[in-house]
Amino acid sequence: MTIGIHASTLQRAVIALLLALGLALASSAAFAQTPAEAPVSVAADAEADVAAEPDASAASSGYTPMKPTEGKGMPVDGAYGFQDQYSPNGQYARWMHDAILIPVIFAISIFVLFLLLWVVARYNKRANKVPSKTTHNTLIEVAWTLIPVLVLVGIAIPSITLLAKQYESPPEDAVTVKVTGYQWYWGYSYPDMGVEEFVSNMSDEATAKANGEPFQLAVDNRMVVPVGEVIRLQITGADVIHSFAVPSLWVKMDAVPGRLNERTVLVEEPGVYYGQCMELCGARHGYMPIVVEALPRPQFDAWVRSQGGNPEGIVEETPVEAVSEEPAGEEATDETEVADEAAAEAPAA
Amino acid sequence: MATTADQFQSHADDHDHAHDADHKPGFFARWFMSTNHKDIGTLYLIFAIFAGIIGGGISGIMRAELAEPGIQVLGWWVEFLGGGESSMDLNGHMWNVFITAHGLIMVFFMVMPALIGGFGNWFVPLMIGAPDMAFPRMNNISFWLTIAGFCSLMFSMFVPGGTGLGAGTGWTVYAPLSTSGSVGPAVDFAIFSLHLAGAGSILGATNFITTIFNMRAPGMTLHKMPLFVWSVLVTAFLLLLALPVLAAAITMLLTDRNFQTTFFDPSGGGDPVLYQHLFWFFGHPEVYIMILPGFGIVSQIVATFSRKPVFGYLGMAYAMVAIGVVGFIVWAHHMYTVGLDVNTKMYFTAATMVIAVPTGVKIFSWIATMWGGSLEFKSPLVWAMGFIFLFTVGGVTGVVLANGGVDDNLHDSYYVVAHFHYVLSMGAVFSLFAGWYYWFPKMSGRWHSEFLSHVHFWGFFVGVNVIFFPQHFLGLQGMARRYPDYTPAFQYWNEISSYGYYIMAASMVVFFVNIAYALIAGKKAEDNYWGEGATTLEWTLSSPPPYHQFETLPVIEDHHDYHDHLSTKA
Repeated sequence: MTIGIHASTLQRAVIALLLALGLALASSAAFAQTPAEAPVSVAADAEADVAAEPDASAASSGYTPMKPTEGKGMPVDGAYGFQDQYSPNGQYARWMHDAILIPVIFAISIFVLFLLLWVVARYNKRANKVPSKTTHNTLIEVAWTLIPVLVLVGIAIPSITLLAKQYESPPEDAVTVKVTGYQWYWGYSYPDMGVEEFVSNMSDEATAKANGEPFQLAVDNRMVVPVGEVIRLQITGADVIHSFAVPSLWVKMDAVPGRLNERTVLVEEPGVYYGQCMELCGARHGYMPIVVEALPRPQFDAWVRSQGGNPEGIVEETPVEAVSEEPAGEEATDETEVADEAAAEAPAA
Repeated sequence: MATTADQFQSHADDHDHAHDADHKPGFFARWFMSTNHKDIGTLYLIFAIFAGIIGGGISGIMRAELAEPGIQVLGWWVEFLGGGESSMDLNGHMWNVFITAHGLIMVFFMVMPALIGGFGNWFVPLMIGAPDMAFPRMNNISFWLTIAGFCSLMFSMFVPGGTGLGAGTGWTVYAPLSTSGSVGPAVDFAIFSLHLAGAGSILGATNFITTIFNMRAPGMTLHKMPLFVWSVLVTAFLLLLALPVLAAAITMLLTDRNFQTTFFDPSGGGDPVLYQHLFWFFGHPEVYIMILPGFGIVSQIVATFSRKPVFGYLGMAYAMVAIGVVGFIVWAHHMYTVGLDVNTKMYFTAATMVIAVPTGVKIFSWIATMWGGSLEFKSPLVWAMGFIFLFTVGGVTGVVLANGGVDDNLHDSYYVVAHFHYVLSMGAVFSLFAGWYYWFPKMSGRWHSEFLSHVHFWGFFVGVNVIFFPQHFLGLQGMARRYPDYTPAFQYWNEISSYGYYIMAASMVVFFVNIAYALIAGKKAEDNYWGEGATTLEWTLSSPPPYHQFETLPVIEDHHDYHDHLSTKA
């Protein structure tokens, strides 16, 4: 604590220094393994330079990153429950936790505490000089086996329902977002719409502050999705295992190299929703946040166009090569390619 | 069984007539080449305290770092430990090294050596009326393998591990972070450390199983064994079945790292998730390995200070067996977010919740043992009651986490950290201290201060609750575990959590003062200092027991319950 207090005055300076160092590394050595990275890094630096004008990077597009609402889609200091939920499954899960699990676990804990206090008061040496010799009572033993079983069955029913909801298949035309975890940033692409992979890096403290965003949760390029539609997330890892997690949307799915994990999510309200990597992935595990921005369909379509994609979907005749004609070859859309990449990178790492 | 015991008795007689029971070898031979279960138990306890100081000290660094947002203390440690000039990456790696070391030390070199190696070695032979363990020399090598494992782990902190010095993979050592993600020998040394500690534990487990099956005193059937012996027996089976799987998994990690195999590398047809299945097939029984001996200790203590036999003895014994068995079929609840299919997740949700049933039987049976008893609130009972309540709290958050759908939000968050510290840092460790105050005068022959023991309890109780209860809130709000730094919205509870550490640390000072007091000025302890409630065989011996005990085996009379009367003195 003392060290912390001493450091608190210097804290900002230290963070700024470390971030500067981090950014310097980012644009050179650490990210050198991913060719597609270089331009984006430069873009990030450029954005940092013009921090006062956050939408500079998207000036040509007509898309302006949405300002977050304080306390929505982000943690709140001193809170003691789940974040507010903005997806139907999240609301069901939160209801299950708050209305079923919490009462049950409080009741059990308080019951045990009460019994302990009771024996302390009633069966201490002074109150009860001669101990009983009772060592068996079949009825009570059966009861404390069967009643917990019934309680657990009561929990299992909504629990199984929740799981079934979470695994419902998305409609065929659902917007598909491919999420790739890298050390230490996220890549997003929209293969059906021809939006090629772009990279999402953590914003530095000054940029985050200037944009009114929470530091260590804000990123330069957000994952943008349409509101009120089921979205198909396809999640994979490029190097080590990461985990794509957005608490206010009740989404957490590991990004495992060699696997393409699928998850659906439906965001009910427009807004900015923050998350972080939640599987230990190396030195900068704590610095690869996730931002999901949910927009009404027209704005989403505009964003897709600003990214060079077509919200109506890629026209059937469009040769696939056209999509993958970017220099990096980063748009790996199946497991094999990801695996190949991982293999190619392994010796380099 | 009786015939075996008889044979052993004649065997023991052949050996011992030449020796006086208290003949002890010289210092080096006694402590470095020991074959005496009590001395080896003492060595394990000393080692566990030493490792606990290091592991607990690391958690102090962690709480200091997390007291506020930003990086405050890691840079100093990077430079102090010779990692070069502090930088963002080196600081982050240092953090990962600390969390890895904290986890591995506390699991493999503190809780397990103390509960199984320490109390298990000391009291299993005493409680079953055996002169020693079945394989005394193997007992010795078990201990020294554990030491070698600890040295390997410590050494790993000073060799390159990728980004910086040391293994920064987490105690779970997940591939591919631990393979292609960590270049350099540090992870190899950490893996080798687990091999050594694991080999030591497997040997120890075979020793306990053999001892308990073959060396019980005449008349002590399995259903008359004290519950602590039952708990060690079940634990030994878990160790014997689970550790070889860990050994296999980490050997595959080694060959993936060094010999171009691709067990866990998708580019060669392997799968990182396979490692997680293997690890948690070991890892879940491992958590019961850490808590079951604690269950046994608490059972002994609750019965002793209630002056009443354990309620539902058979139910208690077989609840532990059930927990052990079910513990092997729930492993994938540690992997809810890796991309399991829905049926798998439903199965593991249901199976995991089943464990709450035998655990509930144990909690209620402990309370029923106290019910109608004549309770004397000596320090061991206070610690045991603290255990019962806090383990319940840790257990019910386990029921929350068991739900695969809810875990989608809580997985790898601070809620999980809070949960497993409630069952370990408060479950296993409270039972450790309960056992310590219960048996310390028996082991050392000297009394600790009961007053200081109570001060230690209250300080520790308040401290760990202040540390870990707010972490539930952090987890619910979405704070990820294994983060050295966090967004300012997590500050409030983190700061409070860090204050708790200082309370806990102060209580540990009281613990060490208490030991020092006992060893320097403690009163001499009688044979059965807890009085008529203490009925197991160790209380028939002097405090400390003779160097060799039970040269004439005690005979357990065929009474209805083993607690009623224990007959012969050694």
